[in-house]
Amino acid sequence: MPREFTPKVVTANALLSGEVVYLTANDDWSPRLSEAEILTDEAHAQLRLIEASARQSEIVGAYLADMAQCDDGPRPTHFREEFRRTGPSNYAHGKQADL
Amino acid sequence: MYSYSDFDHAFVTERNRQFRQQVERRIDGSLTEDEFKPLRLMNGLYLQLHAYMLRVAIPYGTLSSRQMHRLADLAEQYDKGYGHFTTRQNIQYNWPELRDIPDMLDALAEVQMHAIQTSGNTIRNVTADHFAGAAADEVMDPRPVAELIRQWSTDHPEFQAMPRKFKIAVTGSANDRAVIKAHDIGLRLHEKDGVAGAEVVVGGGMGRTPMIGKTIADHVPMADLLPYLEAVVSVWNLLGRRDNKYKARIKITVHEHGIEDIRARVEEVYALIRPTFTGVDQTLYDTIKAQFAAPSFTKRPVSAFDDHYAKDPVFRAWADTNLHPHRAEGYAIAQISLKAHGETPGDATAEQMRVMADIARDFGHDELRISHEQNVVLPHVHKADLPAIHARLKAHGLATANIGLVSDIIACPGMDYCALATARSIPIAQQIATRFDELKLEHEIGELKIKISGCINACGHHHVGHIGILGLDRAGVENYQITLGGDHTETLALGERTGPGFSAEEIVPAIERLVGAYLDHRADRDETFLATYRRLGMAPFKTALYGEQTAKRSKAA
Repeated sequence: MPREFTPKVVTANALLSGEVVYLTANDDWSPRLSEAEILTDEAHAQLRLIEASARQSEIVGAYLADMAQCDDGPRPTHFREEFRRTGPSNYAHGKQADL
Repeated sequence: MYSYSDFDHAFVTERNRQFRQQVERRIDGSLTEDEFKPLRLMNGLYLQLHAYMLRVAIPYGTLSSRQMHRLADLAEQYDKGYGHFTTRQNIQYNWPELRDIPDMLDALAEVQMHAIQTSGNTIRNVTADHFAGAAADEVMDPRPVAELIRQWSTDHPEFQAMPRKFKIAVTGSANDRAVIKAHDIGLRLHEKDGVAGAEVVVGGGMGRTPMIGKTIADHVPMADLLPYLEAVVSVWNLLGRRDNKYKARIKITVHEHGIEDIRARVEEVYALIRPTFTGVDQTLYDTIKAQFAAPSFTKRPVSAFDDHYAKDPVFRAWADTNLHPHRAEGYAIAQISLKAHGETPGDATAEQMRVMADIARDFGHDELRISHEQNVVLPHVHKADLPAIHARLKAHGLATANIGLVSDIIACPGMDYCALATARSIPIAQQIATRFDELKLEHEIGELKIKISGCINACGHHHVGHIGILGLDRAGVENYQITLGGDHTETLALGERTGPGFSAEEIVPAIERLVGAYLDHRADRDETFLATYRRLGMAPFKTALYGEQTAKRSKAA
């Protein structure tokens, strides 16, 4: 039986800075996960990923990341995505300092 | 110290010019990421979890004060004010931007540094004993051989697209401080019947399938070393598994074919290519060797050292742990710990880099080394200067007296930075160091090597830690497996897994229980953790970790 599709966001690294970015519903790239477009339909998610992956002059390595849908926006379901959202845990100079 | 020739200058300058154009073409859209990626990797540029990472080569870990100053400048100008020294004697910058990389490489070239072959399926930065040219037990200086190999391997046309990366380490002492048996090729320089040469060890490595290297040749005279190495790499380049990246290292090739078969193939290739080596390499080797001549050591009284040692317990503790015997009378090798309790292992701020550089300039014949244990070494310091050196280090958080102790932990960047990692390693190292500092037991425990990797690739050398910790992802949760009995020296051994892993919250108390078991069971204060483990085996440590019943059940199974 195919696995049920779970909510996702499109994420990548910005070409120039390497920074973790998320695709918004307005087709912008945002460093804030809270601004990401939550994708709950599988076909739509695949389409958004294809569109994002074509934007080679802006980003590198787009993929769909698993999220939980919460009141305040998407929340990572895996610790790797949580570290990508916040920055490294040994210094407070990553995103956790800026966002 | 080696100084670039005109050829070196021209080569690095041209390479940087090419890469600048490649970066511009990536930014303007002429190159896709698929086209650009192999080009950036050839120049040490990765894209990691949060940002680009530039890995800069520090060949055989040797730096001048000017070079260290330049590393500090780059950390400040293009990064977040610090750099991370690695187990392969490189430095990594974790936050540079793509557009700045060509300028960083040009700035490095001005001080005779580069990032060539710090990545990719090629021969990587050659590493060596960090006490080279200084250690009392040294037979031959490994740096000229390492430099010769660097020049031979850089852009060697046959070895730019190999099955996987290839790592070479060189030691010139019987006491191995370069972990030669855990490298693709390890060289132990020595003399046999008055002829200088090398024992050649192949097929060692850590990672997913850890293996101890095997001796393929007891003694290859210096005059034959490069053609012999070329034969070894050439044989593997043809035989190496390209069908499976996890089986593509020479250790797998040696394991699958057997060392006798590999030796026979190497000798066949060697016989063919030996005549093509005209002796130019040996002329070059002699030129390089001359550049590594020892500094002129002076004879001075060491009473200042003796006085401080007698009067100042902080200085005495530092001297007892951080100094190593030097071959010249009145001199010492001083190790600067980059493992202050609670800090990130291997990191140094720009300010700390400048302090270390200035000390090397003022007191250390202008030389610094990076050790594979992620510390900095002042290879030649007069004992009379050590009180002044210690005072300067202390003022900048660099005088931690913990070399070789429980908090001197090798830790890879782990999931805080690395795209390959499956768990974090830095915070675990920080917590262990902090905990044992609180317990005030470090010096009582004595020599104990803890090494942590955040994934199976083993950049943190966990397989050869007396206590090894491997971070993994178990169903979406960080989990840490423990191995015991690893040894990174000439008696290299791979650690044995104790049993089920521990969560991030459980791992520090587990390590504390292990160390407690050692203190309870050691024969006397002189018996190290490793010696106690070798005498008693796993049982008492397993009981300490899992309790009596669990340990018995697991033994019965």
